[in-house]
Order: sequence, then structure tokens, then C-alpha cells
Amino acid sequence: MSASLLELDRCTMQFGGLKAVADLDLTIQKGELVGLIGPNGAGKTTVFNMVTGVYAPTRGAVRFEGRTISGLKANRIACGGITRTFQNIRLFSRLSCLDNVAVAAHPHRKAGLLSAVLRTPGFEADERALRALALEMLDVLGLASHADAPATALAYGQQRRLEIARALAGKPRLLLLDEPAAGLNPQESEELMRLIQDVRRRFGLTILLIEHDMKVVMGICERIAVLDYGLKIAEGSPAEIRSHPRVIEAYLGDESASA
Amino acid sequence: MKRALGPLVTLVALLVLNAALQRALNPYYFQVLILVGINIILAVSLNLVNGFTGQFSIGHAGFMAAGAYGSAMFTLTVGQRFAGALVSAHLPQAIAQGAALLVALLLGGLLAALFGYLVGLPSLRLRGDYLAIVTLGFGEIIRVLILNVDAIGGARGLPGIPHWANFFWVFLGVAVVVAVSRNLAHSTYGRALFAIRDDEIAAEALGVDTTRYKVTAFVIGAFFAGVAGGLFAHYLSYLNPNSFTFIKSIEVIAMVVLGGMGSISGSMLAAIVLTLLPEVLRPVKDLRMVLYSLMLILLMITRPQGLLGTRELSFGRLFGRRPATEPRA
Repeated sequence: MSASLLELDRCTMQFGGLKAVADLDLTIQKGELVGLIGPNGAGKTTVFNMVTGVYAPTRGAVRFEGRTISGLKANRIACGGITRTFQNIRLFSRLSCLDNVAVAAHPHRKAGLLSAVLRTPGFEADERALRALALEMLDVLGLASHADAPATALAYGQQRRLEIARALAGKPRLLLLDEPAAGLNPQESEELMRLIQDVRRRFGLTILLIEHDMKVVMGICERIAVLDYGLKIAEGSPAEIRSHPRVIEAYLGDESASA
Repeated sequence: MKRALGPLVTLVALLVLNAALQRALNPYYFQVLILVGINIILAVSLNLVNGFTGQFSIGHAGFMAAGAYGSAMFTLTVGQRFAGALVSAHLPQAIAQGAALLVALLLGGLLAALFGYLVGLPSLRLRGDYLAIVTLGFGEIIRVLILNVDAIGGARGLPGIPHWANFFWVFLGVAVVVAVSRNLAHSTYGRALFAIRDDEIAAEALGVDTTRYKVTAFVIGAFFAGVAGGLFAHYLSYLNPNSFTFIKSIEVIAMVVLGGMGSISGSMLAAIVLTLLPEVLRPVKDLRMVLYSLMLILLMITRPQGLLGTRELSFGRLFGRRPATEPRA
């Protein structure tokens, strides 16, 4: 058994004439925390969408724990151990925080539809277990006191954390975070970094993270891959990436401007 | 033991009311009451699809028609003999007819559910307007089919259906659809449906099989629409395809929207209001439908979220136990 958890094998995603991602190879080992960065429109979120089944790659394959998952439906992939958060927050606006998380605990239900309608004791036990799991996740993210509040009543930073709690409730082995620090102030970002590391240790997670906040990326990622116009232009440790000429060019336009 | 208490109390109350109301109310009021019950079943069942799951279906009259004609045909071909056999086996007439009616209603419901499955499976991959158009088309197909099949009466209608439905059966149907909806709402399944309504992409990314859930809600909704149709057939004793036009579907949608999308008690309340309103307005004759429409418009302007919004009136005590989701350790 190889240790690589996720493997993108020459993945290409083409929308009409536009190649959003081209021949991307990316391997993530079990337990790693990998950052995916790049200028706006580089194809980072498209990579997430290919991994989570929102899109099936036009060419190439995505393998998770050795099995090909590209082409599977998104819900199957989520049940199979990959969950995500969204760049533009996508909470269930009319549900409470607890229910938002409980929805994601859904793959772990045991009771069937009929027992839900008939309220059998087995169903009630199942329901209690799901709610306990949801509450635990809220607690991990420091949101337990907001369990009954509607999701939209939370402050922006809390909504971002609720998305993480929701993704964790699916008990993933690989967690994809799409710009978790977007819109947070420096202090909140700091807190988020600690939280991500804490969550990772606690649940033995592997994490792939898209982020624009370089402080966050450089602070917690062990390895970073850089995309530009759908191509991977660099990959390496934070120190290597920081001084990589092509990365500097992609971000700043030309080499001489990087003093 | 406590579990059986709620349904038991409901049954006894329905039996007592059934006997009392039939004597106390004049036939006109009684018939309006029955229509209120049937409309509640229709509205609450459509609320499962439109309100809970956020899928816009406008073919509810089609499912009602399938259930009405299905159950009526069963009763006319098999059910009456079945009831007769039970009576000659020395069962009281009310029980014999009730048993035959129950079978007819279940079969009507199942037929409608089957149609719901066949229509839902391909079309629930569509969103919004597209689904609305498919369900609209389906409702019309059912009606036109009935109109052209002579064996079930065609345009002349289907007469001679035994008058077996009464207050007890109609409101038993109401109790069942409300209990099913409520139990569903407070379960993983209900949460998954709400999640689909609020954000389908996020629901899918969290492991909710959205197509399966939408089809499930659609099938359950169609089943109860079919039951409502069966009750309608066995109360009026006569069916006509004109009872199941597009307008009927719109009427039910109006109830769901007016009550507040997703609110079970809202759908019930709106079904009562919208069934009574045209009756109350009878004295104004020609202006009746004008006033009815005007009041609908005014209600929607003043309460765009519906009478109850997404909230529920508490009828926990009426229909048994509290939802399991309330107490938290």
C-alpha cells in the first residue's frame, strides 16, 4: 500500500476553448498539509471541483487511497472520505448551526426512512448520536454556544468556522479548505491557523488548502504547489516557493520588480 | 406504551367527531368540512416537495387524479365485492366498507406514487422552471388520458362510486400526512431535504444524494395526493376529469405559498382559509372570484413569507410525542 492519499494524474479540465487546468500532476501523502496557491483565475478552485466531483476532469484521473474517483458523483466522493468548504460561503441559511453540521453527519446515519417516519427507538438513538457528533464538531470550532442560532446570524468569521465544522462532521480523511482565511482580519487569521493545526492533529487529517493570505500559507503548509493559468509552475517547501523565480513572476509580473 | 397513546387518542377523537358532526352539521357545512380535509392533505403533501425540498412541482392535480381514478376503479371492480363478502362474513357494514376503502386508498396512493417515481426520476435532475414545466405537462397528460379512455368514463365522468369516505377517513388521512411530514422534518431525512432547498451544491458536497432525496420527497408527496384523490372519489361518488385541471394544481400551490413554504401548520391553515374563502364569499355572487383573488393578492403583499413563514404552530400535543430532536444532552 502506497502512502499517497490523493493523486491527480495529468488532470485537465477544459471548458469550451478554455483550459482551466492543464495536465496537473499533484500527489498528497497521508497526513500532509499542502497549500495550493496562485493568482486569481489560476484554476485552484477548479482543482477542488475536480477532486470533489463537481466536475469530472476532461482528461486524466483523480485517485484517492488508490481508487479512481474521478467521474463519481459528488455525494459519493463526500461519503468516501473527502469533504470541503467553499470559497463563497455556502451554508444552509434557514437551518440552525447545529442542523447545518448534522446534515453533514448524514452519511453516518443508520436508521432508514421508514424508521424515521415511524420514530422507532433505533431511529431516536441514531438521531441522538448524529446530534452528539454535530455538537462535538461545533465545540471543536468554538461554536457550541451558537448551536441553536440560525447559520446566517453568525458573524462572518464564525460562518467560515461553521463551514469547517460542517466539513468535519462527515468524518473525512482528506479535508479541502477553499480560502478559509478570506475576509478575516489578521488576528482571526492567526486564530484560524491554530485551529486548522489543532483539527488536523485531533482527527489525523490530511489537508489541502487554497489560500491567498501568504502568512497563513507560509505559516502552516509543509508543501506548496503554485498554479498559474492552469499550469503548475512550482512545487516545494514554503522557503523554496518564496524565492522561486517563476512564482515571483506570476505574482508580481516580472522578476526585476521583486526586491 | 406512551408511543401508542397519540395515535390512539387521535383515532378515538376522530370516531367521536365523525358521529357527532354528521348529526350536528347541515350537509352543506359538512361537505365543506370534508373538502377542507382533502385540501389539507393536498397542501401538506405538496409542501413536502415545494416547501421542504424547494422543487417547484405544478402537477399535483395529476397525482390526485391518478389516485382518484385508481382507487375508484379498484372499488368498482373488486372493492365492492370484497366489502360484500366481509358483510356476509358477519362483519358490521361500516368496518367492511372501511376495510375496502382503506385498500382502495392505499392502491390509489401507490399508483400515484408510481407515477411520481416515473416522472420524478428523469425530471428531478432538472431545476426550477424546467421541473415546473415537466410536472405541468405530466398533469395535463393524465387529465387528457382520462378524458379519452372510455372504460373509465372519459369525458362523461365516472359515476356510481360508493359513498364510503366520511369525516373519519378524511381526517385520518390528514393526521397521517401531518404526522409523516412532521416526523420527516425532524429527522436526518428532513434536514437533508432542507439542505437541498437552501444550497443543493453544498448538500451534494457533504454527501447528500440529492437526486435520491428529491425523488423520495416527490414520491411521498404523490402518494398522499393520490390518497386525497381516493377520498375525493369516495366522498363525491362521481369523478370528472375537469376536477383535475391545471387550476387545481395552482390552487394547492397557492395554499403552500400562502401558508409559508416549508411550514406544515402553515399549509394546513392556508388550506382551511382558501377552501372557506370562496364559500364565505358566496353571497357577493358575481364579485366572488374577484374578491377572492384580491384577498390573495393583499395577503401576499402584506405577508410575502406566507401566513406562518417557516415557523410551525405547536400541535405536538395533538399528534403525540414531541420531536426527538428537541431535548439535547
